[in-house]
Amino acid sequence: MTARIVETNPTPFNPCEVDPITLDIVENALKNARNEMDATVYRTAMSPGIREQGDSFPLIADRKGRMVVGQFGSFIQGFLNGFEGDIEDGDVIWLSDPYSCEGAVSHNNDWLILLPIFRDGRLVAWASHFGHQTDVGGKVPGSLPTDGGSIFQEGIRIPPVKLYKKGEFQEEILNLVLHQVRMPEWCRSDLNALLAACRAAERRVHEMCARFGDDVFVAANEELLARNYRAMEQLIQTTVSEEKLSFTDYICDDGRGFGPYKIHCTMWREGNRVILDFDGTDPQSESSINFYMNENMFKMFFGIYMIMVFDPQILFNDGFYPLVDVRIPDGSLLKPKFPAALSCRTHALGRIFDILGGLLGQRQPQFLNAAGFSSSPHLMFSGYNPDGSWFQLFQIGFGGIPGRPFGDGPDGHSLWPGFTNVPNEFLERYYPMRIERYETEIDSGGAGKHRGGNGIIMTYRFLSEGTISIHDDRWFIHPWGVNGGTPGKRARKILERADGTRTVIGNKIDELKVHDGDQLHYITWGGGGWGDPLERDADLLALEYKRGLVSREGAKRYGVVLDDAGKVDEAATNALRADMRANREDIPVFDFGPPIEELRKNALEETGLAAPRPPHQQSL
Amino acid sequence: MSYRLGVDVGGTFTDVLVVEDASGKTWRGKVPSTPDDPSRAVINGARKVCEEVGVNPEDVNYFFHGTTVATNAVLEGKGARVGLVVTQGYRQILQIARSFVPGGLAGWIVWPKPEPMAALECTIEAPERIGAGGSIVRELDEATLRQRLEALKTEGIEALTVCLINSYVNDVHERRVAEICADIFPDIPVTISADILPEMQEYERTLTTVANSAVRPVVARYVQHLRESLVEWGMNGQLNLLRSDGGLMSAEKSREAPVSLLMSGPAGGVAGALWVARNAGIDNLLTLDMGGTSTDVALIENGEPRLRRETSVGDLTVRASSLDIRTVGAGGGSIAHVPELTKALRVGPESAGALPGPAAYGRGGKLPTVTDANVVLGYLPESLLGGDMELDRKGAWLAVKSVADALDISVEKAAEGIIDIVNEHMFGALRLVSVQQGYDPRDFALMAFGGAGPLHANALGLLMGSWPVVIPPSPGVLCAYGDATTRLRAETQRSFNRTNDQTSDEEIAALLDEIGSEVTADLIAEDIAQSEITLRYEIDVRYRGQAFEVPLAIEAEAFRKGTGLARLIQSFDTEHKRLFTFNLDVPRELVNVRVTALGPSGELKPGVIPSGNGDPSGAKLRDHKVYMGGEEKAAAIYARDRLRAGDHIVGPAVIIEMDSTTLLHDGCVADIDDHGNILIVQA
Repeated sequence: MTARIVETNPTPFNPCEVDPITLDIVENALKNARNEMDATVYRTAMSPGIREQGDSFPLIADRKGRMVVGQFGSFIQGFLNGFEGDIEDGDVIWLSDPYSCEGAVSHNNDWLILLPIFRDGRLVAWASHFGHQTDVGGKVPGSLPTDGGSIFQEGIRIPPVKLYKKGEFQEEILNLVLHQVRMPEWCRSDLNALLAACRAAERRVHEMCARFGDDVFVAANEELLARNYRAMEQLIQTTVSEEKLSFTDYICDDGRGFGPYKIHCTMWREGNRVILDFDGTDPQSESSINFYMNENMFKMFFGIYMIMVFDPQILFNDGFYPLVDVRIPDGSLLKPKFPAALSCRTHALGRIFDILGGLLGQRQPQFLNAAGFSSSPHLMFSGYNPDGSWFQLFQIGFGGIPGRPFGDGPDGHSLWPGFTNVPNEFLERYYPMRIERYETEIDSGGAGKHRGGNGIIMTYRFLSEGTISIHDDRWFIHPWGVNGGTPGKRARKILERADGTRTVIGNKIDELKVHDGDQLHYITWGGGGWGDPLERDADLLALEYKRGLVSREGAKRYGVVLDDAGKVDEAATNALRADMRANREDIPVFDFGPPIEELRKNALEETGLAAPRPPHQQSL
Repeated sequence: MSYRLGVDVGGTFTDVLVVEDASGKTWRGKVPSTPDDPSRAVINGARKVCEEVGVNPEDVNYFFHGTTVATNAVLEGKGARVGLVVTQGYRQILQIARSFVPGGLAGWIVWPKPEPMAALECTIEAPERIGAGGSIVRELDEATLRQRLEALKTEGIEALTVCLINSYVNDVHERRVAEICADIFPDIPVTISADILPEMQEYERTLTTVANSAVRPVVARYVQHLRESLVEWGMNGQLNLLRSDGGLMSAEKSREAPVSLLMSGPAGGVAGALWVARNAGIDNLLTLDMGGTSTDVALIENGEPRLRRETSVGDLTVRASSLDIRTVGAGGGSIAHVPELTKALRVGPESAGALPGPAAYGRGGKLPTVTDANVVLGYLPESLLGGDMELDRKGAWLAVKSVADALDISVEKAAEGIIDIVNEHMFGALRLVSVQQGYDPRDFALMAFGGAGPLHANALGLLMGSWPVVIPPSPGVLCAYGDATTRLRAETQRSFNRTNDQTSDEEIAALLDEIGSEVTADLIAEDIAQSEITLRYEIDVRYRGQAFEVPLAIEAEAFRKGTGLARLIQSFDTEHKRLFTFNLDVPRELVNVRVTALGPSGELKPGVIPSGNGDPSGAKLRDHKVYMGGEEKAAAIYARDRLRAGDHIVGPAVIIEMDSTTLLHDGCVADIDDHGNILIVQA
């Protein structure tokens, strides 16, 4: 069954020639419309996750549902294939169930609004926006149970429904859904924000049609997609080899004691098409770390990584999709079978970018970045205020940006674009907590000619009883270094009770009780290093020592000896560097750190946590 | 006779305007800017004009000045070396910079992270803690702080900043830390965040205060130098600087809060436009200030420019009020190119700058720029600067040809394409300040100035539907008019952060009065009589849970009468609906309360030009041809200084004057008003 699009005006659009200048102007206007969508959500949403942390994604698609401007690529075709019913002027579709949209959204927390834009009885475009809701009900506050066994535990699943039917608001559906969630006020406001953004896009599309003519607008979209196809075709031809290249990285664990889970991808070119095959990826997990990856979304990630350097002004769109073939084995971590749990897919989603970087950079190591795309470390804290009201926080953390050909990786920054931290004074004002420490973790960035960025250490002191949940990764498998750079340090979480006792706690835990005065030290990963550490300017290390970013001991990883005053001891440095040079083997392209068996053996000693057991030991 | 002087420092020229207070008569002058020490050109220009006119420096009572000294210090990284004291645990606050990475997905791969404005090695921690409610959680450990400050002595800092967590609620530790700083560093200025920005959000407050410290010594030196030179010349009147928000403040005060000068330059243009518009009877207008490398746009509604609560300069965004001016990297020098991969025509953001400049300038530039496209199309027909500079038409043609060949179209077509695209960039910026704020641009006039604005204004009027398009006289020196005609201003705001059910009209009225007397005292200290001071009140409101506020003007009287809160809620809902299409049924949070005190406005009568009979032929220089709308069209060239009030010109036409050229499109007509403004409308 596929959706039936009801167009009351049967006149076909006239195919017309669009001159290149008009095309560029339409492209610009689309770009402006998308920026306006972002701004609308930022200004009206309530949950800090969407608002400050930018966890929301806009899109404008052509009448056939292909994204002409946006970020994650379009899923609309897939949605239309699965939707049974009419799509009419005035309809607004709302959904959150990943299994009903081929993974366009990948967990129930992401609410998606889809708005068909009709003009004079004809469909001219689509607008869509999705954003992460702080809570959608289910077994734990935040709706992201790390030990979730099926999607039924992960809050309310919204199949594609009409929030507006031919312009009429379906209030009862909204009421039904909001009744299931812990933060109905935020959800209502955030949903309004997403819809307001789509409405803004709708107005802009109408203006563009009025300005250029409906036929020209439709033809221009077509040509923008074609332009992208041509650009990408050329790029693939010149940069992707027919020879197969593979890359492997891991998710450390599944929150139930099993791991690491392997993600394996092979890339090669056949004619003008590139194939990305995930054969060799581990089977799906019994817990919630599965990532139902939309194939188009992955094509988009691939395209963006490819084009970053060539024409950064280009407006990225779906035009090149026919050139990319993504193969994901059924029942694997990246294409789990219903009703597998999906809520904690953030780790695999992040890891996909490290894999892409590792794959694409292999033929030209000078363009290769180190690893660091851990995930989006989450902290959830909820409970009752002294006045009896419910509070609930969902916060995304950040870490070390990897060392890059371009330069050092920034310390404590976001790999996701446009995300920011929630201001600590905001947290302290509206939640019973105090942020005692907010800095970067010394020496956590991998050594390299270009240093990996340090991870963040944030110490939360809880001022009221409540429960916390933590989602993080890269605590067991290192963020790798490249071209001689060493791996970054792994993530760690330490709970310090009010009485002073300190315990290392897991990086994926649910509903841990905390009390007034307890402190949580939340430490994130450091980025891998890039290039030979022995080539890093020794004086720079002296400066970084003074800045508290690298310790004296840490400087030795670069072969640099600092004296008691923090100055470079030149003689000792020269000697140490000569010695290190003489005693090392050839520099490999990748430095993954110790092999997995060794990591397992030393896990308890090095991380304070028991090693995860291999995933195949799960009782499937 | 008494006089006042308006002086605006631009990148190339420093403009001077002398006003006779009694008659409103004005004289203008222009001298080359002196970037190494801008005060030199300021003094030279002022002297030159005054001597020409026969004005004695003792008779100059007021000296008004828009300056880019602070802006340039930031852009060129030449601010002072700033020491920073933060709360224990927050040393790396500027290094982490809220973790923000701009750009799209994978943007981090090519992002150059700017260095923190206060170097990390110059940042120390004060052992202390204030809680979110204002209580002292940990007492300040003064001994440890002193040790750390002593250790900072080797770093060669020139200014010190103190910004402690939650100081916006309780600043007792900040003040004590500042005392200790002054004790250990008696010779350098100390700024505390509670004085600059007593608002929630530690990063923005720290950055703003640090930025203030960084520009403080530079501005102080400049002001002192300027003052000394003026005294030496014989002028002892009051020296006022233009703030980013379009108000004036005394030079002496600006030394303490120079962060409010970061947009002083562009604010002058908007203030000047405001003055021209008022005289022309226009209340609603958009401004377009187009220069060589960038264009500034702003919106004025009911005679009031929109303000925003931040100021952006380069990578730096601080929380200081500024006129809501948006800048795009599109100007006369913007370079056109066609990337191999996409075969799209791109214009900017790279600019040929002043050197080598556009190919048409014949200074070695070979790349096609917007100016070259204007030359190819006949829009820039004559020599520039009144004959001081001839244009290299052949060079411009060859440069644009490179783009035409890459696109496989004619040179004229390519030139029109370049103009269309750069206009589109400016259109985008104008939409940002209008459509995206819920305004319909068709309700606004469009005023263009700056060197290149009048060339592109008519096209933007067509795109926006904003009429008339107004080209003021001497569009190149409009800023100096702004400097001389705006008002003294003092502003203070407090974080309030209470919902409507947690406060009362009474409480708000008391707070308004308290802040009101503070800002009134500020202006009285500037020798303004109490009776001449106007107070304006604003409250920033949002739905509880949102992070973005809507600023709303309020009447203090209504709160005294007990009706203010209800009205505030009502106007918030209306505004939210207008901006975002929906309302919510949750409490409204009153985030900030702000009071602005304004001094009397500098009355200045506009000049009047002689009337003509409607026929512009006396000003016509010659017949001409322009390429417009895909074909060559007959046009005429006029000299602006010979046009008379009432003259009516039919497009296409080109109107030239010393520092600017106005393009009148086919299908449009221009009328000259009594003040010499060119008013363009569709025929």
